[in-house]
Amino acid sequence: MGEIKRMDLEYSQLDSDRMRINVGPQHPSTHGVLRLEVEVDGEIVTEVVPHLGYLHRSFEKHCEKLNYQQIIPFIDRMDYISAMNNEWPYVMALEKMLDIKVPEKVEYIRVIVAELNRIANHQIAVATFGMDAGAFTPFLYYFRDREAIISILERLSGARLLYNYFRVGGMAADIYPGFKDDCLNVVKQVRKTNAEIMKLLIHNSIFIKRSANVGILTPEVAINYACSGPVLRGSGVAHDLRRDEPYSVYDRFDFEIPVGKGDVGVVGDCWNRNIVRVHEMEQSCRIIEQALAQMPETGDVKAMIPKRIKLPKGEVYMRTENPKGDLGFYIVSNGTDKPERMKARGTSFVNLSVIPEISKGYMFADLILILGSIDIVLGEVDR
Amino acid sequence: MTAAEIFEKLGSEFGSAILSLTEEPATDSFITVDPAQLFDICHTLRDEESLLFDYMMSLSALDLGENLGVVYHLYSMTHRHKIVIKVSVSKENPVVPSVERIWRTADWHEREAYDLLGVKFDGHHNLIRILLPYDWEGYPLRKDYVTPDTYHDMKVPY
Amino acid sequence: MESTNFLWDLFGRNVWTVLAVISLPLLFVLVYALIAILAELKISAWIQERLGPMRTGPWGILQPVAEVIKLLQKEDITPDQSSKLLYNLAPFIIFTGAYAAFAVIPFSSAFVPAGIDVGLFYVFAIGSISAMGIVMGGWASNNKYSLMGAMRSISQLISYEIPAAMAILSVVVLTSSMNMQEISSMQSGGFWNWFIFGGPGGWSKLWVIPFTIGLTIIYFIASLAETNRVPFDIPEGESELVAGFHTEYSGMKFAMFFFAEYANMFVVSAILTTIFLGGWNSPFGDFLQGPWWGVFWFILKSFFIVLLQIWIRWTLPRFRVDQLMHVGWKVLLPLSFVCFVAISLFAMLN
Repeated sequence: MGEIKRMDLEYSQLDSDRMRINVGPQHPSTHGVLRLEVEVDGEIVTEVVPHLGYLHRSFEKHCEKLNYQQIIPFIDRMDYISAMNNEWPYVMALEKMLDIKVPEKVEYIRVIVAELNRIANHQIAVATFGMDAGAFTPFLYYFRDREAIISILERLSGARLLYNYFRVGGMAADIYPGFKDDCLNVVKQVRKTNAEIMKLLIHNSIFIKRSANVGILTPEVAINYACSGPVLRGSGVAHDLRRDEPYSVYDRFDFEIPVGKGDVGVVGDCWNRNIVRVHEMEQSCRIIEQALAQMPETGDVKAMIPKRIKLPKGEVYMRTENPKGDLGFYIVSNGTDKPERMKARGTSFVNLSVIPEISKGYMFADLILILGSIDIVLGEVDR
Repeated sequence: MTAAEIFEKLGSEFGSAILSLTEEPATDSFITVDPAQLFDICHTLRDEESLLFDYMMSLSALDLGENLGVVYHLYSMTHRHKIVIKVSVSKENPVVPSVERIWRTADWHEREAYDLLGVKFDGHHNLIRILLPYDWEGYPLRKDYVTPDTYHDMKVPY
Repeated sequence: MESTNFLWDLFGRNVWTVLAVISLPLLFVLVYALIAILAELKISAWIQERLGPMRTGPWGILQPVAEVIKLLQKEDITPDQSSKLLYNLAPFIIFTGAYAAFAVIPFSSAFVPAGIDVGLFYVFAIGSISAMGIVMGGWASNNKYSLMGAMRSISQLISYEIPAAMAILSVVVLTSSMNMQEISSMQSGGFWNWFIFGGPGGWSKLWVIPFTIGLTIIYFIASLAETNRVPFDIPEGESELVAGFHTEYSGMKFAMFFFAEYANMFVVSAILTTIFLGGWNSPFGDFLQGPWWGVFWFILKSFFIVLLQIWIRWTLPRFRVDQLMHVGWKVLLPLSFVCFVAISLFAMLN
C-alpha cells in the first residue's frame, strides 16, 4: 500500500559520527517489549522514535465479540500490574449506564483493594526505577512487601495478578475474616520499608545526581500531552480524579495529593516524578486505614442485577484515577449484551507519547531513567 | 459550563458548522459538528477564556455503519468541565482535520484511529500505523473487516 | 636481599620449580574466583534478605562449580559479522592481563612469584592489557552496545589510572622502592607501621596520616572504577548497555571475562593490601607473624577488600558516564595531587 510511510532512516542524512541503536524489543530496561529507535551522538540522545505494537492483542476487537461480564478478565490483562484499578472504571461505566446503586460495603471494599493495588503498583514503579539507576537491592525489598499485598488480593479473588474480582453492581466475593488485620499489617510494613528506601535510595547522592534535573517535563507540555497520574503530578499539577471528580466514596476520606515540589532538582524531572509515587503510597495507607474504620461490618456485596446484562442504547466515557494516571473507557452500546465499540484510553499509551519530547539532548543512560520514571506497562500501551 | 451553554457559545461563533446537541439520560451529552471546520472549533475550544479545554482525555474513532465517527473527549484543567465533540465522515472519503497541533496527545490517538479504523487525519505530520505492523492491510475495527487467512503468505492458524 | 621464593630455596631453579611457581597463582586464581562468586551470591542474598543458592551442595556451596560447568557446556556463539580473530582473542588477553599481575604480588615473606624491583610499575603496565582486551572484544563483536561499552571502559580506565598511580607513587616516595616485597617488609611490627597510618617512623609521621588515609580511600575508589564495579560499572551497565562489552560472548569465553573480573578484583585488593595495609604482616607485631601466617594475613586482608567491593556493589546505584569523568578528573585527581605533594614535602624534610 502506497500510503504507508516507513520510519526508516535515510542514512545519507546522518552525520558520520551518529549511531542508530535499537533499544528493545528485547532489552533489560524497556519494561516489556517496547522498541525505541534511538539516534545517539556519542552518548547524547538526539532522537527517539518509539515503535509499539509488539504486545498488541486486539483488545478492542475482542470486546465487540464478548458480552459485558466476559470483558472484565480481558481488562485485567491491560495493565496487569494494577488489575484491580483497571476493572473499576469499566464496572463503574456499566453501573452508570444501568443506573445501579452499589451497596455501601462494596464501595469500601473497592476503595481498599484499589488502594492496596495502587501501593503494589507504585512499589514496582519505584523499585524498577531504582534498578534502572543500577540499585538492585531496593527492588527486592519492595518485592518482599508486595508479596503481602498480593496474598491479600489472592485470598479475596483467588488470583495473584489478574483478579477478575469486580462485578457489575458488586464484587465476586465478600472479604474474609482477618482481612482488616492483614491490611493493617501491610500498611505498617509499607511505611517501614518506605522510610528505609528513602534513606537507601531516594536520598542517596548518586541517585539524586542521576535522576534530578533529567527529563524535565514542564506542566504546559504535560497537559498538552494529556499526561496524568504521577507523571503529571511530578510536574507540579495537582490533578487527581479521586479529589477533582470524587467517584465512589473518595469524598469521605482525608488525604493529600502529593506533587513534585522540586526539593531536589527541578519540578518535573525524574526524581520528582518518582518521589510522588513514594508519597502516594503513604496517602494510600491513610485511605486504607480510614476505609477500614468506616466500612460497615455487614451487608450484601452483590446488587440485584439480571444475569444477562443489556445496556440501554447510548454511550458513556468513564475514567478513574489509576496508579499510572487516568484510565478511561469509552463504551458505545447498541442495546444488546455486547458493546458496539469499546475504546480504552490506556494511561501508559498516553504517558509514553511524551518520551520523544522530553528525552532529547540527555545522555543515553538518562533515556532509560526517563522511561523508568514514566512507569509504563506494555500491556496497556499496546492493548 | 454545561453542555448546553457550550453549544450556544459555539453556535454563536461558528453558526451552521455546529450541527446538534444530544442530551439523553443514558448518554454523556455531546455536540456534533461539521468536520470541515473542526480544526477552528477545537482551536476555539482550547483558547477561549470561558472554555479552556486544554486537556484531551481521549480520541476515539468508531464505525457507524455508513459512516466513520470520531469522538473527542475534552476536559478543562482550569474550569473542570467536560465536553464531548463528535464528527462523522463517509467511509468512502474518511478525511478529518487533524487536531494534533492543538493537543499534542492527539498524535498517537490519531495514528491509532487511522491504524484500526482507517480515518485519515488531514494535516497529521506522520500518519502511519502504530499498533499493527507497518505493512498490515485493512482496518480491523471496521465492522466489515474480514480477518485474513494469511500473513506474508504464511497461513495463520485459528 | 634474602630470597623471596621458598621454592627456589628448597629445590633450586629448574624447569619444574618454575612451572610450580607459575601454576601456584593460577591455582589460587581459580579457587579464589569460585569462592568470590559464591561470596557474591551469598552476600547479595543476605543484603537483600534472601537465602541465595541453597540447592547445590550443602548450603549451596557448590553453586559456582555448577555455574562453571554450565558455562563450559554452553554453545560457543560467534557472531557472523564479527572480526573472528580479535573476537576469540579478547577473552584470553583480558584473562592474561589479570593473571600476569599475580607475578609480583607478595603472598608471604617467603613467596612472591617474581621478586622484581619495579613491581608496582609492572602491575600498572600489565593492568592496561585488560583494557586492550576490552576494546578488542567490544569492537570485534560488531555490536553497538559492545562498542559503547568498550569506549566507556577505555575512557574510564585512563581517567582512573592517574589517581591510582598518584596514590601508589606517594608510597614509592615514602619508601624509595618499587619492590612490593620490600614495601611489605618495611611495614612489619604492628598495624601502626602500615602505610595507611604513615608507615614506620617517629611521631613526626602524624603529619602525613590524614594524607595516607586519604590516599588509601582514593586508591580504593579508583580501583573500583578500574575493575568496572558498581558504582562505576557503566561499561557493562546492565540497564542501558545490556551487558556492555561482553554482550555477544557466551559459554567459556564469557566465563573468561567473568574470571578475569574477579581476578582483577583480587589484584587491586592485593595491591591495596600490600602498599597500604601492611601486606602479609600481622597487625599485632610479632603475634602470629611468619611465612605461613603471612599467607593467612595477606589473603584475609585482600579478601576483606573484595568483600567491601561486593558490599558496595549491592548498595549503591550507578554513576552516569559524565559524572564518572567528573569524579575522576575534578575530585579524585586534585585530591590525590594534594596528598602527593604533602607526602613529598614530608619525605623531603625527613
